[in-house]
Amino acid sequence: MFTKKLPCGKENITIVNLVFNLVFLVVKEKNMSTTIKPYLRLSGLEPLIVRPETNFVNVGERTNVTGSKKFARLILNNQYEEALSVARQQVENGAQIIDVNMDDALLDGVQAMTTYINLLQSEPDIAKIPVMVDSSKFEIIEAGLKCIQGRCVVNSISMKEGEEKFIDHAFICKSFGAAVVVMAFDELGQADTLKRKVDIAERAYKILTEKVGYNPQDIIFDLNIFAIATGLEEHNNYGVDFIEATRIIKKKYPLVKISGGVSNLSFSFRGNEHVRETMHSVFLYHAIKAGMDMGIVNAGQLVVYDEIDPSLKELCEDVILNRNNDNNEATEKLIAFAETVKAKGKVQVKDEKWREASVEERLKHALVNGITEYIDADTEEARVKYPKPLDVIEGPLMDGMNFVGDLFGAGKMFLPQVVKSARVMKKSVAVLTPFIEAEKEERRLAHIAAGTVNEEGAGAAKILLATVKGDVHDIGKNIVGVVLGCNGYDIIDLGVMVPTDKILDSAVKHNVDIIGLSGLITPSLDEMVHVAKEMKRRGMKQPLLIGGATTSRMHTAVRIAPEYGNGVIHVLDASRSVTVAGNLLSNDSKPALLKQLNEEYAKLKHGFDNKKSNKNYLSYQKALENKVNIDWTTYQPVKPQFTGTKVFDNFDLNELRHFIDWKPFFIAWEMHGNFPAILSDETVGKEATKLYNDANELLDIIIAEKWLHAKGTIGFWEAGSEGDTVKVKGVGNKTEGEEKTFNLEFLRQQIEKAPGQPNISLADFIRPISFTPPLGDRGDYIGAFAVTIDGIEPHIKAFEGNHDDYNKIMLQALADRLAEAFAECLHLKTRKEYWGYATDEHLTNDELIHEKYLGIRPAPGYPACPDHTEKYKLFELLNVTEAIGISLTESLAMYPASSVCGWYFANPQSQYYGVGKIQPDQVEDYANRKGMSIEEAEKWLRQNME
Amino acid sequence: MSIIQVELKKRILVIDGAMGTMIQRHKLEEADYRGERFKDWHLDVKGNNDLLSITKPEIIVGIHLLYLEAGADIIETNTFSSTVIAQADYDMQSLAYEMNVASAQCARKAIERFNEKHPEDASRPKFVAGAIGPLNKTLSLSPDVNNPGFRAVTFDEVVAAYTEQIKGLVDGGADILLVETIFDTLNAKAAIYAIKQFFRGKKELPIMISGTITDASGRTLSGQTLEAFYISVMHANPLSVGLNCALGAQEMRGHIEELSGIAACYTSSYPNAGLPNAMGEYDEQPHQTAHFIEEWAKNGWVNIVGGCCGTTPDHIKHIADHVRTIIPRKLPVLEEELV
Repeated sequence: MFTKKLPCGKENITIVNLVFNLVFLVVKEKNMSTTIKPYLRLSGLEPLIVRPETNFVNVGERTNVTGSKKFARLILNNQYEEALSVARQQVENGAQIIDVNMDDALLDGVQAMTTYINLLQSEPDIAKIPVMVDSSKFEIIEAGLKCIQGRCVVNSISMKEGEEKFIDHAFICKSFGAAVVVMAFDELGQADTLKRKVDIAERAYKILTEKVGYNPQDIIFDLNIFAIATGLEEHNNYGVDFIEATRIIKKKYPLVKISGGVSNLSFSFRGNEHVRETMHSVFLYHAIKAGMDMGIVNAGQLVVYDEIDPSLKELCEDVILNRNNDNNEATEKLIAFAETVKAKGKVQVKDEKWREASVEERLKHALVNGITEYIDADTEEARVKYPKPLDVIEGPLMDGMNFVGDLFGAGKMFLPQVVKSARVMKKSVAVLTPFIEAEKEERRLAHIAAGTVNEEGAGAAKILLATVKGDVHDIGKNIVGVVLGCNGYDIIDLGVMVPTDKILDSAVKHNVDIIGLSGLITPSLDEMVHVAKEMKRRGMKQPLLIGGATTSRMHTAVRIAPEYGNGVIHVLDASRSVTVAGNLLSNDSKPALLKQLNEEYAKLKHGFDNKKSNKNYLSYQKALENKVNIDWTTYQPVKPQFTGTKVFDNFDLNELRHFIDWKPFFIAWEMHGNFPAILSDETVGKEATKLYNDANELLDIIIAEKWLHAKGTIGFWEAGSEGDTVKVKGVGNKTEGEEKTFNLEFLRQQIEKAPGQPNISLADFIRPISFTPPLGDRGDYIGAFAVTIDGIEPHIKAFEGNHDDYNKIMLQALADRLAEAFAECLHLKTRKEYWGYATDEHLTNDELIHEKYLGIRPAPGYPACPDHTEKYKLFELLNVTEAIGISLTESLAMYPASSVCGWYFANPQSQYYGVGKIQPDQVEDYANRKGMSIEEAEKWLRQNME
Repeated sequence: MSIIQVELKKRILVIDGAMGTMIQRHKLEEADYRGERFKDWHLDVKGNNDLLSITKPEIIVGIHLLYLEAGADIIETNTFSSTVIAQADYDMQSLAYEMNVASAQCARKAIERFNEKHPEDASRPKFVAGAIGPLNKTLSLSPDVNNPGFRAVTFDEVVAAYTEQIKGLVDGGADILLVETIFDTLNAKAAIYAIKQFFRGKKELPIMISGTITDASGRTLSGQTLEAFYISVMHANPLSVGLNCALGAQEMRGHIEELSGIAACYTSSYPNAGLPNAMGEYDEQPHQTAHFIEEWAKNGWVNIVGGCCGTTPDHIKHIADHVRTIIPRKLPVLEEELV
C-alpha cells in the first residue's frame, strides 16, 4: 500500500525503501560531523527522545492512586504485584512515559512510591519506558527518584511556596538528572487566565535556566487544563486559554515542552466515557497543533480524531474552542447530545493478567478482590491439583481468607469488601462440598468394611450464632458470621427468633466452642439473661458472646455476666469479634482475657450500683404536677382530613428512595460518618462510595423488578389525655366495628429537673379531657402509623442459595432503610396533607433527618415510650396485621423485620425525649393502669428501672 | 577551561591499565596486606587491594610509575572498593576515607616522581583520576529472586558512602573523579548526586563516567541500552563518557561507535585484554589490543583510551604508541535549535 510511482520513472521503489535510505544517509552523515540536537531525552531501560516529529507523548495516567480507583485499591490493599498489571496495561496500550502517583492520605507515600517503583523497575517490559514521578509532596518525589536508574520526569514543582523552595527543589531534581514539569502555579495560586499562565511560565523559565542551570528542553510546563462545560460561563474559555498560552510560550521558548492532565477537561461529563474520550481527542488535536508536546492520558482510551462522528466533533469543538457558546449554548447542546450516547459506552477492557498466575494466586486474588467470575473453574482446578478437596480449603482458600482477615484487621479492607470475599469463599466451598461429602462417605464405608472406628479429625473451631427468641433482626449477626467465617471459624447460624433450648441443644449437639447471641430490641436483653441463666443451670462451659444494637457493655456487666461464670463477653462490632473469638479459643490467652473482663465488668457493675443513688428522683405525684405546660386556651388543635385509617398498598419505591437516610445504612456496614461526607472520607470514602453504588444498583433492580412491596397504614382519632393516659376513640378489630375507647398508657420522666424544666410525658402533648373547650372546638387528635417492606424472603433465599452474603446483607439493610424512608415519607404527607397541620412545610431531606419538622412520631419500645406492649393497641387501632401483614412476636418485635410503627403527635410543643429512669411508685401506677401485675410491668420496663 | 580540557583538544589521552593484575605480580601474602598496623586485625584482609595504599604505599606508587613510564596521561587511584559499603567485607568501614586520601596521595607522589625524572615531558601533564567503583551492592536489582522489590542498600546509604569517598579523593589531591565500571546506572546516579551535592556552590572537579556493557545484548547489567545509559548520566555534565571492563576491544567496538555518535562530551574506552580464558586469565597481547584501539581512534570515535582487566604497562605502552599521532575525536556541535 506504500507503493507509489516516482516521477523519475523508477518503478517498485517503495516509500519504505525511501525512508530506509533517508535514515541510512542520516546515520552516515552523523559519523562525519556529529551534531547534537536539543531534544528532550528521557530513559527507562530504553531511550525516549522527544523529537519534533514525535508529535505527542502519551503519559500513562492509570498508575495514579488519585486518578484510578482500581489502582488505589490495589495499592491500599498492598497488592503491589497486582498493581504492576495496571502499569503493564498502560505500556501495552502505548504509554511512552508512565506517571506514578501515590498521593493518598491513607498511604505512607514515600514507602508506597519506593515499594512500587522498585517492583516496577524489576519488570523489563514496564521499566523500558521512563517514569514520571508524580506527587504534590516533594519527599515522595525524591523517594521515587532514588529508585530509578533512568532519566525521569518530575511532576511537578512550582513557585507555589516561593522562589527559594522552587530553586531548591529544582536543584535536587537536576542532581537526579530529571526533567521537570513546572505547574503554572505561583505564590498567588493556580494560573487560570491566559496572561497568568504565560507570566508564570516566563518567570519559571528564567529562574530554571539562569539560576539553576536547566536546559530549556528539560523544562515542561503544565499550563493547567481545567474543566469546561461546567455550566459556569467563566469556565467556558479555559480550553482556549490553555491552547493560546501553549502557542505563545512555544513561540517564545521553542525548546520547552507543554503538558497537561487532559482528563480534567471533561470532568463535568464523568460517567460518560464516550463523550469524554471524544472531547479529549478533539482538544488534543487543537492543543498539539498549538504546540502541546505531551499529556497525561489514559493511554488505552483515545479516539482517533478522524473517526469521530462529525456532529459530535463539531459539538466538542464548539465547547472546547468556546464558539457559538453565548449563554452556554454550545455546552447545552453537548450535554443534550451526551444524554443520547450515554448508553453506548465502550466495553471496559478487563485486567485479566492475574488469570495467568498459579491457581493458588488466582484463588487468593479472587478472594481479596471479591471476584466470583472464575471461582468455580479455579476451585475445580485446585481440587484436581490437591490430593484431597479439604486440602483446597485448608490450603489456598484459608491462606487467602487469612490474608483478607489480616487486611481487615489492619484497617486496609472494609466490611463490604470482606463480605464480598466471603461470598467468593462460600462459592468455592460449595463447589468442594459434594466431593468432601463423597469422600467422607467413602471413608465411612471403608471403616465399616474394615470394622474400624470412623474418626474425623478435629476441624475448625465452631461458633454458634443466633438471634434470640422474640427478635427478628439479624443483619448484624449475619455480618459477624461472615467476618468470623472469613477468619476460619465454622459458623452455625440458627437464624432469628431462636428459643433458648434450641440454642443450647444445638450447641451441645454440634459441640460448639463459642455461643454468640444477637438482638436489636430491648426485650431481647432479658432473653439473653435467660440464656445465660440456662447455660449455668445446664453446666455449660462455652463462652457467651453478646452483640446487637440494643446490647451494651454496661448491660452485659450488670445483668448477664453475673448469671454465667464461664465468660460473658460483650462484643461491640463484627471486627472485634475476631480478636475476641481468637483469644477465647487460645488456651494461653483465654484465662487472661476472662480475668480482665471479669475485673472490668465488676468495676462497671460496682460503678453502676453506686451511681443509682447519685441522682434525685421526684415522686410520681410530684412529677405529674411538673408536666409540660401548654396553654390550651391559645392552641387550637388541627382536625385531620379524616378519622379512622388509610392503607397504602404497593407504595411507589421510587418515591421512597428519595427519603432514604443513608447514615444508618453505613453504620450497618460498620462505616461511621455522616452522609454524604462519608463518600469522600479520607479513610473509608472509596469503599463507602463503592458500597453506595452497589446499594443503588441493587435498589434499581429491587424497584425495576418489583422485589419488594411497601405497605403502610396511617390513622387519626379523637383523643384526650388524663394524667399519663391518652384516651382514644377508635374502632378495634376485636370489637367488630364498634367504636371503643383505647387507653394509651405513657410514662413520665421522674428525675429531678432544673427549675422550670418539665417532667415530660407524651400524654402532655394531648389536650386534657378536663379542659373545657370553647364553642365550635373540634377537639384534639392522635395519630399512628405502621409501615413494612414485604417480599424479601425469596430473594434472601436466592442470595443464600448463591452463597452471596454480600447481597443478602445489602438487601436486608436496604429493606430497613426503605421502611424508615416510608415512615419518613408518610409522616411528611401526614403533616402536610392527611393531618395537614403543617401545610406550608418545605424541608429538605437533610432537615427531615434532623427532625426539623413540627410534631413527632415516637415508636413504642423506644426512649419516649419504652413499653413495647403498647404496640398491641397501636396494632389494634390500625388493624395492622390484617391491613398490611405485620405480626408481633412474643417479644413484640415486628415481622417482617423491616417494619416501623409509631404514634403521631401534632402539637407544636411536642418533642422527642427519653423517659429515663423511673421509680417503683410509677411502675405500680403504670401496672395498675395497664392491668398488669407489678412483676410483668417490671419485666417490660426493666431498662427504665435500673 | 581546565588543563585537561585543553589537553583533550590537542590529543588522545591515555589512561592506565589494570591495578589488580599488577598487584598480583607482587605475590603478596596476608602479612603483607596487614603490615604492622593491622597485624592483629580480626578478619583476613588479603585481597583488600585498596588497603595496600596504606600498608604498602610503595608498591602502589611503583605500579603507577610503571604506567606513567608506559605513556599513561591519566592514572587511576587504587580506590575501586574504598567505600564504607565495600569495605564492610573486611570490617574496615572506618578506614574508607583514609584509604581514599592515601590512594590519591600515592598517585600524586608517582606523578611527582615521574615529573622529576622526566622534565622533558613537562608539556604533557599527567592527571590523577579518583576512581569511584560500582560497589558490591546494587540499587536497581534485588539480590533475592523471590522478592524483586527488595533492595540490599538504599540510595541514601550509597550517596553517603560515595560522599565520604569523594571527600577523601579530593582531600588526597585527585584532579578528576572517575565513576567507573557502572553496571547499575542507579549506583552511578547516586555517585553523581553525591558529587553534585558535594560541590554545590564550589568549583566542581571534572567528572568522567564509564559504564559497563556486560554482554552481547548491548545492555548494562541493570538492563539499560547504551543510549538509555548515556541519557541517564548525562546530567553529570561529564568531561567524558565511555565504556570499560567486561568486554574486550573487539566486542566493545560497536558500542564505542554508537556512543561516539550520541555523546555530547568526550568519549573514553578502556576495554579488558580480550575475554578471559577458561582459567580466568586474559590472553590478548598488547599489540592486539593496541590494534583495535588504533582503528577506533582513526575513525574519530575516542578521546581517552586505555585498558582494564588483564592489561599491563606493556598494553598501555602499545596503545599510547599507536594513538600518539592520531587526531582526537572532535566534540559534537551542540545545536540550540530544533530544526
